[in-house]
Amino acid sequence: MSPLLTVEDLRVSFPTRTGLVEAVRGVTFSLGRERLGIVGESGSGKSQTGRAIMGLTPPHAKITAKTLNFDGIDLLKASPAKRRDLRGDRVAMILQDPKYSLNPVMTIGRQIVETLRTHRKISSSEAKERALAMLEAVQIRDAGRVFDLHPHEVSGGMGQRAMIAMMLIAEPELLIADEPTSALDVTVQLDVLAILDRLVAERGMGLIFVSHDLRLVSSFCDRVIVMYAGRIVEEIAAADLRNARHPYTQGLLSCMPEIGQDRHPLPVLDRKPEWAL
Amino acid sequence: MSIAVSAHDVTVIYEDFKALDGVSIAVEKGQSYGLVGESGSGKSTLLRAIAGLAPVASGTLEVNGRKLEPRRRDKAFYRDVQMVFQDPYGSLHPRQTIDRLLQEPLAIHGISDAEARIARALDEVGLGTGFRFRYSHQLSGGQRQRVAIARALIVEPSILLLDEPTSALDASVQAEVLNLLEQIQRDRGLTFLMVSHDLGVVTHMCDQLAVMRSGQVVERLSAADLVAGRITADYTRNLMIASKGFVRTEA
Repeated sequence: MSPLLTVEDLRVSFPTRTGLVEAVRGVTFSLGRERLGIVGESGSGKSQTGRAIMGLTPPHAKITAKTLNFDGIDLLKASPAKRRDLRGDRVAMILQDPKYSLNPVMTIGRQIVETLRTHRKISSSEAKERALAMLEAVQIRDAGRVFDLHPHEVSGGMGQRAMIAMMLIAEPELLIADEPTSALDVTVQLDVLAILDRLVAERGMGLIFVSHDLRLVSSFCDRVIVMYAGRIVEEIAAADLRNARHPYTQGLLSCMPEIGQDRHPLPVLDRKPEWAL
Repeated sequence: MSIAVSAHDVTVIYEDFKALDGVSIAVEKGQSYGLVGESGSGKSTLLRAIAGLAPVASGTLEVNGRKLEPRRRDKAFYRDVQMVFQDPYGSLHPRQTIDRLLQEPLAIHGISDAEARIARALDEVGLGTGFRFRYSHQLSGGQRQRVAIARALIVEPSILLLDEPTSALDASVQAEVLNLLEQIQRDRGLTFLMVSHDLGVVTHMCDQLAVMRSGQVVERLSAADLVAGRITADYTRNLMIASKGFVRTEA
């Protein structure tokens, strides 16, 4: 089976006054219908990798890659119109904070219907029906009421569910989730992840889960890519994470305070300049 | 042991919303006390009420045995109690150098030998004097939080109010800042009152903690009890489970 997404030697750089800043420096991986985690700290290039695949890199940035292929389509050569067709239809993205990523002056229902009708030729009544069904699928009780609410009238957890509903309504094959639960409370986080997990499994989507939280990612994904300074430093099956070889991965794992572990002081990362080479 | 900070039956009301509903806690001198809960639980509001930043409707607050008025705080109070905020990107003046930032509290309290104190404060938080004439935008998040801690420490308080001091930082930087805070507490015998949504961080730092939900304290327990699972409230148990990470239910 050929992979859904092939990324080879992806580079993203931003021209600045002080010269070219390379955010992503030669990232290579491929994705089937599986859950792949991309982990790293701020500035590691994890989000820019996701955005480059989605086609959301700012226009002044430079993207190069040997291959950036989604199901046989060369994403770098595809026209803007073609990319727009893909976005929201076959490739979708969930962003971090529903407070900023939903349209504040449109009801939740209208936003979901808009996504669907952009990509599918269906009547508005049928679109509404499917949007309501989708809201129920993300476990929003009383979907009819939420459909008519504006984003500021719902809680963070509810907003994030609405966003998941919006992203999944056109049944994409590839879903990129960029810190989908970082803005949520821990208890709500798990509910949202459970919903995401179930839908991804049921619909056989490929998922790229971008996060700074190594432990969360390893409990959720099949495979984890660890990024540092724009490069992949380690790729490892989530189940084997405890045996990670790269000192950066090990450092990330051990520097988190854990309940029941009495380690004072906490081990800190000793960043080696050669990691960034 | 004497009590450094106590709140008795404190209620905070914003217009018609009860942010705190009859909360009582007592923090001993030299102790680290944690407040845990999700957003909207009132944990930050309690901290702000102590600092005089929230409208206290009823109840009494005491710091080092002195009763506080609902809104007004005198200079002596701020010399004794300092606060570190969550977001180091928002809590430092963008157009002031670190030097200027650190001079402000000294000027307010009329403390002399600023020169030596600033150098010492920067040293203490592990930044060194090389950072003294930089602006905050030239620093990373962890460095900024160190500056915020230095600014709080420079007037030599005995109590530090920490409002999610590490939640805006990367995990590895968080470890550094937590270690720094522990070091300072050991050296100076400070009392910490720390708010966090992360049970791991709170049990690491604090001996005692209070779990809050919708403006009330659900449970008070020691970190040792929490670790051993001696929990009475269901809500605390849920938080415990949630902090362990995602567990796939079926298959």
